[in-house]
Amino acid sequence: MRQLCKGNVAVIKGAVLAGCRAYYGYPITPASEVAEAAALYIPEVGGTFVQAESETAAINMVYGAASAGVRAMSASSGPGLSLMQEGISYLAGSELPCVIVDIMRGGPGLGNIAPEQSDYFAMVKGGGHGNYRNIVVAPASVQEMADLTILAFELADKYRNPAIVLTDGFVGQMMEPLNLEYREILAPPKPWAVQGTAGTRKNMISSIVLEPDELEEHQRRMEAKYIRCQQTETRCEEYCTEDAELILVGFGIVSRVLRSAVDQARKQGIKAGLFRPITLWPFPSTELAACSARAEKILVVELSNGQMVEDVRLALNGTKPIDFYGRVGGNVPTVEELVVKIEEQIPASV
Amino acid sequence: MALQDTIQVVEPAEEPKVATDNYEVVHEKSKLFYPEYERKSDLKHQTHYCPGCGHGVVHKLIAEALEDLGVQDETILVSPVGCSVFAYYYFDVGNVQVAHGRAPAAATGLKRACPDKIVIAYQGDGDLAAIGTAEIVHAANRGEKITVFFVNNAIYGMTGGQMAPTTLVGQRSTTSPWGRRPVNEGFPLHVCELLSSLEAPVYIERVALSDNKNIMKARRAVRKALELQKNGAGFTFVEILSPCPTIWGKDPVEARKWVGEKMIPNFPLNVYRDRKVEIPNNNAPPHKTVEEIVSGERKAAAEGMVPGRQHHFREMGIKIAGFGGQGVLLLGQLLAEMGMREGLEVSWLPSYGPEMRSGSAHCHVCLSKERIGSPLLSRPDVLIAMNEISLRKFAAQVAPGGTILYGRERLPEDVQIEHAQVICIPASEIADKLGSAKVANVVMMGALLEETECLSSATAMKVLEAKVKNPALLELDRKALDAGRVYIDHTVAVGAVTQADGFAQ
Repeated sequence: MRQLCKGNVAVIKGAVLAGCRAYYGYPITPASEVAEAAALYIPEVGGTFVQAESETAAINMVYGAASAGVRAMSASSGPGLSLMQEGISYLAGSELPCVIVDIMRGGPGLGNIAPEQSDYFAMVKGGGHGNYRNIVVAPASVQEMADLTILAFELADKYRNPAIVLTDGFVGQMMEPLNLEYREILAPPKPWAVQGTAGTRKNMISSIVLEPDELEEHQRRMEAKYIRCQQTETRCEEYCTEDAELILVGFGIVSRVLRSAVDQARKQGIKAGLFRPITLWPFPSTELAACSARAEKILVVELSNGQMVEDVRLALNGTKPIDFYGRVGGNVPTVEELVVKIEEQIPASV
Repeated sequence: MALQDTIQVVEPAEEPKVATDNYEVVHEKSKLFYPEYERKSDLKHQTHYCPGCGHGVVHKLIAEALEDLGVQDETILVSPVGCSVFAYYYFDVGNVQVAHGRAPAAATGLKRACPDKIVIAYQGDGDLAAIGTAEIVHAANRGEKITVFFVNNAIYGMTGGQMAPTTLVGQRSTTSPWGRRPVNEGFPLHVCELLSSLEAPVYIERVALSDNKNIMKARRAVRKALELQKNGAGFTFVEILSPCPTIWGKDPVEARKWVGEKMIPNFPLNVYRDRKVEIPNNNAPPHKTVEEIVSGERKAAAEGMVPGRQHHFREMGIKIAGFGGQGVLLLGQLLAEMGMREGLEVSWLPSYGPEMRSGSAHCHVCLSKERIGSPLLSRPDVLIAMNEISLRKFAAQVAPGGTILYGRERLPEDVQIEHAQVICIPASEIADKLGSAKVANVVMMGALLEETECLSSATAMKVLEAKVKNPALLELDRKALDAGRVYIDHTVAVGAVTQADGFAQ
């Protein structure tokens, strides 16, 4: 049974189902409804909601809650995420699981509040200091806002690492039917947590490793878990790729417009297909390479000046010509606009 | 030179005797400290603090108080950044090390997760009073039931003697080489005084490690703060004026004296707050099950499902535009909800901006029998334009053969539209006559349903019944819906209206 739900609200419905009982955040357009839904729902199931004095404080409250083993989260948009980067680095270094949602808007600086995908580098490639990775999932629908938030909590706990739900203002603001069935979701035991008990007294949460050899060992161990994550956690969706001469690559709202553009192009006799990464880190490189093997060309479309395209290039490693089309500033390409771009790549066979 | 002198003084002439049978043990360190400091890389029997440093004394006071309170297992210590970054080397309690200045925020997250445990934030002056000013003020203001020990030695120790927010006027540091000049660096920050202006804290005291008498006062303050937390009282804060012989360039005895002679006159010792604070706990949220929240309005939706209705389109895109406050976004949401209840795939995408009235607003609604690709309509089948600006802005986007429902009596004289059919509905006037201009959007909905037959009026009423709780308003909406339908049926000349065939398939 379905309910009409806003993307930003679906995040919290998914989080509540996933057992999230601590939300610390700060308002920002276009992510504020996440905090509003959290303020409403999380205390109703006995959890904590605190509107922090800043995103800096919020992410450190998440750090405290995560230290105690609670499933904890925060959400914001670009400027707020910039402030959280320090905390995210500490969370990764201390191997604390948590979920952070970025409803991307236009940047840099204050930019504007319209949708962009320009936080890709900041969220997928790092952003904070030091050697670490964020697990990043990229919802493209209201249903996925809930489903991938649940997945983010599960991956965060599995790998003891922050997980980011990365999407744009449109997916956050739009309403679609949400089908969320109640089921019991249990977090794994966290014997490492600090909970003020005799059993956890020996535990310590910290990101300091003063001795170079020990810090190297700590980082090697983190690397090993990142490799495990890369081997097992990639997710993607393909549409009409089997016979595609042109593979379009896009995530989030862009993948939705691309899907319509694929339909339109096929009506015109152009064999186009869509590859949509659902996890941005780990990036589904193997899957992309396999699906591109039969194609002639690749066209990457983003609401940025070309960020994910770098991962596409790394994945295909020079085997296919790759072109890029980006819109920025809050402009989202129309279906017609993308069909023109597709026609430029592969002229229609009459 | 001073360092070399010290080394000469302490260097023993012969190997010290280690056998304990030669002397009587009169004092043992608290059992709250680890027997050996295994987390240190070397010198595991001693701390990393310099001789004469105040941290050792404060550690001892805290450890003894926790031991006496019998709360070792229940305690979580939050270590900061600064000289006390390694407090977790020593305290045999649950330890969490955090980013510079953020201890009160992390302690908030910990205490909220473990409300019946003892959570301590241990911070220095740079950590608490410079980079972490916002966190300490707001944790105190929220009345977080934590204890903060604030060790103020008027200098940055670990980084090598830079100016602190509490550095005294005229005091030299490596970043105030001529002595702190208020004209450039401002005045020392008085944190106890600052926090005592807030309502929530229950206990704020400043003590000093200047002499044994004051150390005993500090001992009492530390105990009192922890005891209050144990009893669930509220936010407790103890500032400890503390010597830093190494950076001050003094020996331990001189440094202690300096605390008494220079720091205390600048930072008066006092109990700044000691009272029971009753924090109102009104409007507590109701308790709900996860299932109730997750499935939300599912029950209501189930009651309003209209299965099996045939739709004459594969996909229909409707763009609605007008002034903010005309119910443009709400109209779109209602249509999406109706489509969902009729078993269609739907999406609703708003223009969003800074929250305000009288700006422009628009939204896109997709109704489809299949999974929806782009929710962003570049070629809507229908445009509902509630005002002239929207008509002028969006009319050209409408798909050839599509429909424009214009919410005024007639088109502006200079506007000519040939690619789509235009129907003018004086929605505001109709709504006004019904009793409220606010239902103009529902009038337009009635017109849309009658003209395009995209969704049924019965579904519209079911959705309105679910959303509008006030019976009088619901009756008004019903009348508005009817009025819109009747207007299309009777007022618009027969023949002027093309049928639904015009929609893009």
